[in-house]
Formats: sequence, structure tokens, C-alpha cells
Amino acid sequence: MLAYTIQRLIVALSVAITVSIVAFFLLHLSGDIAVSIAGPESTPAQVEQIRQQFGLDRPLVVQYLDWLWKAVRFDFGNSFYFRDTVVSLIASRIPVTLTLGAISLCLSLLVAVPLGVLAAVYNGTIIDRLALSFSVIGQAIPTFCLGLGLIILFSVTLRWLPVSGASTWKHYILPSIALGWYAVPAVMRLSRNGMLEVLSADYIRTARAKGLSPRVVIFKHALRNAIIPVVALAAVQFGFMLGGSIVIEAVFSMHGLGYLAWEAIARNDFPVVQAVVLILATIYVGLTFLADIINAFLDPRIRLA
Amino acid sequence: MSNIAPSIDPATGPAQFDVAPARRSPLSAFLRRARRHGGLIIGASVLLVIIVAALAAPLLAPHDPYAQNLAQRLIPPIWHPKGTWEHVLGTDKLGRDYLSRLLYGARISLLIGVLTVAISGVIGTVVGICAGYFGGRVDAVLSYVITTRLALPVVLVALASAALVGGSLEGVIIVLGLLLWDRFAVVTRSATQQIARTDYIAAAQAIGCSTPRILFMEILPNILNALIVVATLEMAHAILLEAALSFLGLGVQPPLPSWGLMIAEGKQYMFFSAWVIGVPATALIFLVLAINLVGDGLRDVTAPENRT
Repeated sequence: MLAYTIQRLIVALSVAITVSIVAFFLLHLSGDIAVSIAGPESTPAQVEQIRQQFGLDRPLVVQYLDWLWKAVRFDFGNSFYFRDTVVSLIASRIPVTLTLGAISLCLSLLVAVPLGVLAAVYNGTIIDRLALSFSVIGQAIPTFCLGLGLIILFSVTLRWLPVSGASTWKHYILPSIALGWYAVPAVMRLSRNGMLEVLSADYIRTARAKGLSPRVVIFKHALRNAIIPVVALAAVQFGFMLGGSIVIEAVFSMHGLGYLAWEAIARNDFPVVQAVVLILATIYVGLTFLADIINAFLDPRIRLA
Repeated sequence: MSNIAPSIDPATGPAQFDVAPARRSPLSAFLRRARRHGGLIIGASVLLVIIVAALAAPLLAPHDPYAQNLAQRLIPPIWHPKGTWEHVLGTDKLGRDYLSRLLYGARISLLIGVLTVAISGVIGTVVGICAGYFGGRVDAVLSYVITTRLALPVVLVALASAALVGGSLEGVIIVLGLLLWDRFAVVTRSATQQIARTDYIAAAQAIGCSTPRILFMEILPNILNALIVVATLEMAHAILLEAALSFLGLGVQPPLPSWGLMIAEGKQYMFFSAWVIGVPATALIFLVLAINLVGDGLRDVTAPENRT
């Protein structure tokens, strides 16, 4: 287990470093940053002054190492636009996104896992068909369309919930549904397939032959094993949700990390964009690492392979 | 099928089959199974209608999609009491005919879907085949590249890169094409690993076929079914992402009639006239649903043994 953990940790760390290189060079390959900060009407002297002020005249590799060295100590420099340090900006915005992501993940798991199990237990019946059709249709609805539709229905027509913002728990209901919706089809299919596979295993036949009630067979014997792949997927989906929440935050005007990134991108605020890309990617890498470890813990076949 | 197993007589060569072999070609077998698949039929029909509408947009569109008429702003669609036959789906905030914009918008969505998949499909397939066939160190490096790509938040990186290249149609296609190759690579890699172990690949190696020949003449045709399925699903993914990018104002730029952009432009009027976003959203959902149905259907039809 220890060897496996170390091996996964090395992979996770090197992926995180590669991602930091991508995040850094992605924004430097695009053109002259000093010109975009200075604006279209600036003189060459002003551009040169900005270049020196932000250290953009140094070689790229030096700039990268400097940026990474500071990033490791949570120093991402100052925002070009907001007149604040990037870290305090992110610290003030990240709770909204994490809360939104966590509620969305819980919601989607609460819907998707029972639905998938139900579809597998009643394999081939109308319940199974309805669940599968639901997942196909669900996949086709873009999150921002769903978000706007929910606003029209629940905020404008019924007036039950607020349109936008993130100040009370009521503000989180609609965005969480819209964001969680995205993960439901994938989780549902995986728990259905996992359950189908487990239900055809010999030990389930044995459990049934012993005369155990269907309830005990399904919940005590089958579900535990069927749920293993869902753990990994849930971790991955949480990462996707943090990345995808940018659209939902824009729809509902929630000032989270995604909204910050959106504002920063639209204003060429490179330090903020780099930091958000790096932080989201690092969270994703950390989550997949955790998922690997939990999976190996739950299923000895993985860590011994 | 046991009664047609041939026995080889050294004197006469391979024995003739007692029973005439089935005359069904793979294509007709495919069509026979496809006809019975309800989802595939529905999806393919809807997709066909959208493709025809997009191709024939100049003939079908009642108005110029870019022609503004400020005297006729926000006219509701025909099912609304105030609707007119002049503008069947109404007009937008600049008085442009919604039906015409919708038809031309289908061209943009389809163009983005096809071209993105063409770029990402080539990248992903090459990465996947090389990783799966060569194995060892090549596989380790390429798998690492795939893992790194998966760690990047797609929407965010696409937004940032699209903003950098200036938010144009070509920019969106290139950015999405360079980002969405991961599923191609993962599927191709595992499919190639299975095929690389088969006897006919060993035979091809033994008679001295060149490596490119083995990769592209022996392995590629055998993973084509899986690739087509991934291509359809990724096409839907690309269309959804383009809509999201354009919705956020960093994808296709006005006045092009992208469906995502139409939704973004209608957002400020949605409290009074929900159809402004309802019409393009419905079109988008139908297109993505049709493509997904075709993809799922093709998976069932081309690989019935994988059906779950």
C-alpha cells in the first residue's frame, strides 16, 4: 500500500508541475503581455516601463521559475485589474465555488446512485428504460440553458427563489441543481453498470441461494462492491464541477472562483487567470490521487497489480 | 455454426463448405440491426433534418440573418398571440429574423462539431495508437501526457485560450480541437492494446510489414467502429462547449448567429419574453440529443456484444 501510495504521489506531483508549465506558458505564448496591459493607446516608452515594472523583460524560464517558487508559497503576485493581491482575491472567492461544488456533488450522487441501482435491479424493465432515457436527455441539456430555464421557472414565474447572487442558502439551490445535473448521467450509468456486473457474480448467486432476502443481497452484498468505481468517478466529477462552475457562476452572478476567472480573462488579468488555472488543476490532481488511494484501499486487486 | 467447420484434406485442399456461407455483407448486417434500433433512427432523422436545414439555409431562410430592423424589435413567435407570419420565430433585440438566424446558426454549430472532431480525432488517435502499440516507455510518456491534459479544467483553459486568440470561429475550432482529444486517446489506446496481442498482428510482424503499415492498415480499420462512436459523442461535446464559450462572450463573436451567442444576447430580455432564449436553447438541445442518440445507437449496433 505504501509503495503504491508513493508511486501515485510521484505521478500526481509531476502532473501538477507539468500543469503549472502549461498554465504559465499558455498565457505567455499569446503575444506581448506588456502591450495588452498598457492598452492599445500607449506609447512604446510606457510599454517598456510596464515591461520592467512587472519583470517581463527577463527570460521566460526565469520568469516561470520565479512564478512557481512564489506560487508554492501561495504568492501569486498582484492582480493587474483589481488592485489587490491574487491570493486575497482567490481566498475571498473560493468558498462560494467549493460550497457550490460540494452541494452539487451531493445532489447528483443522491439522485444518480439510487437511480442507477434501481435501473440495474430492474434491468430491462420500463424503470431501466426510463432511467437510461433520462440520462441521454440529461446529457443533451447544456448547463447554462438549464440554469436559465430554472431561473425562468422558479424565480421569475413562481417567485420562490432568488434570481442571482450567493448571499443566503436559498441562492445555492438553483445553481446546485444546474451544476449537479451535469454529473448525473455519468454517475448513473457507472453505478448501473457496476451493479449489473456485481449482480451476475457467483457470490450474489450464493447469497440468493442461501435464501437471503433481496434487500439484504442488494444492499449488503452487491452495493458495496458496485459502488467502488463510483468513488473514483465522484472525485473526478467534483474536479470537473469546480472547473465547470464558471458557466453556472456567470448565469447566476455568483462571485466565486469561476466568476473571478471569467472577469480576469475578459480583462487580460494574467496573474489571476494563471493562479485559478493552477489551483483548479492542482485540486483535480489531488482529488484523482485521493480517488486512487481510496480505490486501492477498497479493492486490494488494484494495489497489488 | 459447427456444421460448416471445414476439414482440410491434404489431397484435395480445403474442403468445400457444406452449407452456402451467409451472403450478408457487413454493411447490410449493419443496416438490418440499425433499422431495429429506435434511438438511432430517431437521432439520425433529427440530425439529417438539421444538416439539410443548415446546408439549405440560404434557400430556406425567409430573411437575411444579419438584416436589422429596429422598427420590428422583439416580435414574439407565431404561437404567441402577438406573433406574425412575417417572422415565424420572432425577431431579436435588433429586429433580425430569428428563424433565419437559427438556420444559419446550425451551420456554425455543425461546422464547429465536424472540424473540432477532425483535429482532435487525428491527435487523439495517433497518441492512442502509439501508446497502445509500442507500450513500455512510449506508453508511459503518452499516458502521462493524457493525464496532464485531463487535469486541465477544459472550460477555463478553452476560455482563456479563446480569449487570447481573439474569439473568432477559427480560434474556437483550433482551441477545442487541441483540447478535446483525450477521450479519443484513451479509447484508442485500450482498443489498440487488445488488438496488438492478436495473431494477425503477430503474423503481419512476422512477414515483415512496416510499422506504419501495421498501425494504419491493420490496427486502425479494426478500431474504426469505436472511433466513430467517440467522434459523435465528442462532436456533441464540442458543440456544447462552443455554445458555452459564446454564451460567456469569449467564443464566436457577433454578429455571427451562434446559438450560444443568441442565448447570451437574449439573456437580458428573458424575464419578459422567455422565448428569446427558449428558441435557440431548444435547437441546441435537439441537435446535441440527436448526435448523442446516433452515437449511443452506433455503439449498440456496431458492437452488440458490448451492450449493457
